[in-house]
Amino acid sequence: MSHPEAALIALRGITKTYGQGAAAFQALQGVDLEIAAGEFVAVMGPSGSGKSTAMNLLGCLDTPSSGEYRFRGIHVERLDRNQRALLRRNCLGFVFQGFNLLARTSAQENVELPLLYRGEPADVRHAAARAALGKVGLSGWEHHTPAELSGGQQQRVAIARAIVTRPLVLLADEPTGNLDSKRSHEIMELLVALNREQGITILMVTHEPDMAAYASRIVHFVDGLVAQDERSSPPAEVDACC
Amino acid sequence: MLLNALLLALREIRRNLMRSFLTVLGIVIGVAAVITMVTLGNGATRMVADQISSLGSNLLMVMPGQRLGPGRDSAGAPKFKSADIEAIEQQVNGLQAVAPVVGSAVTLVAGTQNWSSTVSGTTNAYLVAGNWRLAAGRAFSDDEERAGKAVCIIGNTVRRELFGGQSPLGNAIRVKGFDCEVIGLLAAKGQGGMGQDQDDSVLMPLRTAQRRLTGSLDIGNVMVSLKDGTNSSVAMMQLRSLLRERRKLADNVDDNFNVMDTKQIAETLSGTIGTMTALLGAVAAVSLLVGGIGIMNIMLVSVTERTREIGIRLAIGALESEVLLQFLIEAVALSAFGGLVGITLAFFACWGLATLMHMPFLFNPGINLTAFAFSAAIGVIFGYVPARRAAQLDPIEALRHE
Ligand SMILES: Nc1ncnc2c1ncn2[C@@H]1O[C@H](COP(=O)(O)OP(=O)(O)OP(=O)(O)O)[C@@H](O)[C@H]1O
Ligand SMILES: [Mg+2]
Repeated sequence: MSHPEAALIALRGITKTYGQGAAAFQALQGVDLEIAAGEFVAVMGPSGSGKSTAMNLLGCLDTPSSGEYRFRGIHVERLDRNQRALLRRNCLGFVFQGFNLLARTSAQENVELPLLYRGEPADVRHAAARAALGKVGLSGWEHHTPAELSGGQQQRVAIARAIVTRPLVLLADEPTGNLDSKRSHEIMELLVALNREQGITILMVTHEPDMAAYASRIVHFVDGLVAQDERSSPPAEVDACC
Repeated sequence: MLLNALLLALREIRRNLMRSFLTVLGIVIGVAAVITMVTLGNGATRMVADQISSLGSNLLMVMPGQRLGPGRDSAGAPKFKSADIEAIEQQVNGLQAVAPVVGSAVTLVAGTQNWSSTVSGTTNAYLVAGNWRLAAGRAFSDDEERAGKAVCIIGNTVRRELFGGQSPLGNAIRVKGFDCEVIGLLAAKGQGGMGQDQDDSVLMPLRTAQRRLTGSLDIGNVMVSLKDGTNSSVAMMQLRSLLRERRKLADNVDDNFNVMDTKQIAETLSGTIGTMTALLGAVAAVSLLVGGIGIMNIMLVSVTERTREIGIRLAIGALESEVLLQFLIEAVALSAFGGLVGITLAFFACWGLATLMHMPFLFNPGINLTAFAFSAAIGVIFGYVPARRAAQLDPIEALRHE
């Protein structure tokens, strides 16, 4: 069924319904979307249009109500919990809209955590986490806990944690939502570099056209459906990493 | 994976010192309370049992006066005389020793030291009846008993208070205006069944006490010990009818004297202590339960609080089993640590209290194990089960948890 040119990610008729009975709300109403390896996709749309819901499904953090989600040809909706956890561990990096850092835990340890679960030895973890924090401009803040960091700094720790594993796909839900425009542009340049140089496929939710302009493709969500899909430049060259 | 989980668990314990401390505290208190109460109860029971067996053969106390009880007065009842003692010796079967006792509270002076104690005027039969051994010196000679010489045998407490480290033998104690030569020292017995100090006493010949202390030929009470194998109720009956006869009591008149079986008293007492031990055990079980509920509470609250943490770990690639292993190690480490601290604390508490109360300290491995296992099981179950529920959620569900 899967052929060589198959998309890295393919969504077909994905729906997501929250709640039950009269209170039920369909946040996604049958989303079809294909994303090729190496793309840098910006996801835009009004608040409540289902962007975060779609990102969570793509990140295997949640399960769709119906529809088909294939990741490199694999039917994700048929995987069990452990297989999905392994997919998250080995192929995905996620930046949450609300950061979701471990409290009372230093930036360094937060960033090391995904590597710990991957079974990397301590010295590799230390070096990689340090480097990732450096890339997001947080050198010297390694030993601060989230409570001691500003919102923007926390957001950058979250980005560092998502990229430290060099994932196949980076899913970022409003990664620049708390940053000033100078920082935002720096982060965008970092993402572009990751996309270009390491071939990391990136999906990024943003409300700012400025930021979306860094992407090679912009997908618009409206009321739980993909309303518009525009491409600005061809995807970067890729070699698969996992 | 095990190593990682261990690392993460220890990190979390260190990071949440207060929470860890409270969990451990709950377990410590539960374990320590139960062990202490049960161990002390066992010690008390054993102490009474030892005292009963140290009484040796059955000992009867014969006292003038109406049957014991509140409001009864022994003042009007006739006292015993030496003739009564002889009659008892000759007419009651199966007796080992019959000792008359004339008691008097006095202040003793030796050199610069003084001490308030009780002097008992009695005979050598007292040593037999009371199961006393001499640590030093000798008993009264016939001559001393007959002539009422000023000699005495002292208990260990009196020796300590009056003579300190020196040997008391040959020294004089001043008792109510006369000097009394110490000829013997009783071997220490320690506390009696009702907490009194048995070693705080001075013995002197009956004649001496009658002549110099009480100034009458009355005898306060009589200690009678029975030979092994003598039925104490038969002996008591014989004793009663003999005394009723001698006191010329009509059939419809109550006894104007008491005969008590001290072993019976001690046994009653030990029964009471057994009941108290059971009661303490029950209180301890309740405290263990309360401690357990405390542990459950802390564990449940902390897991609720940590559901988001579980969500984060799952979201960034932890397997359910890895998260669970971490929580399990955390719960086991805290529970086991708390249990061990509890056992240690209980050990020192029991040891200290037992020493303070002059009780034997009986280490009871059973209760130590039970208390430990119970608290640890609660800690582990209530640390693990809610964590498992959280780890079975989709990561996003756990992350949304408030
Ligand atoms: N757990 C939930 N239970 C019920 N309804 C939900 C839940 N999560 C999201 N929704 C609803 O689904 C719709 C889409 O939410 P979603 O978070 O995907 O929006 P979004 O596009 O990310 O918005 P924003 O730009 O504000 O982040 C919203 O109307 C929201 O109320
Ligand atoms: Mg959103």
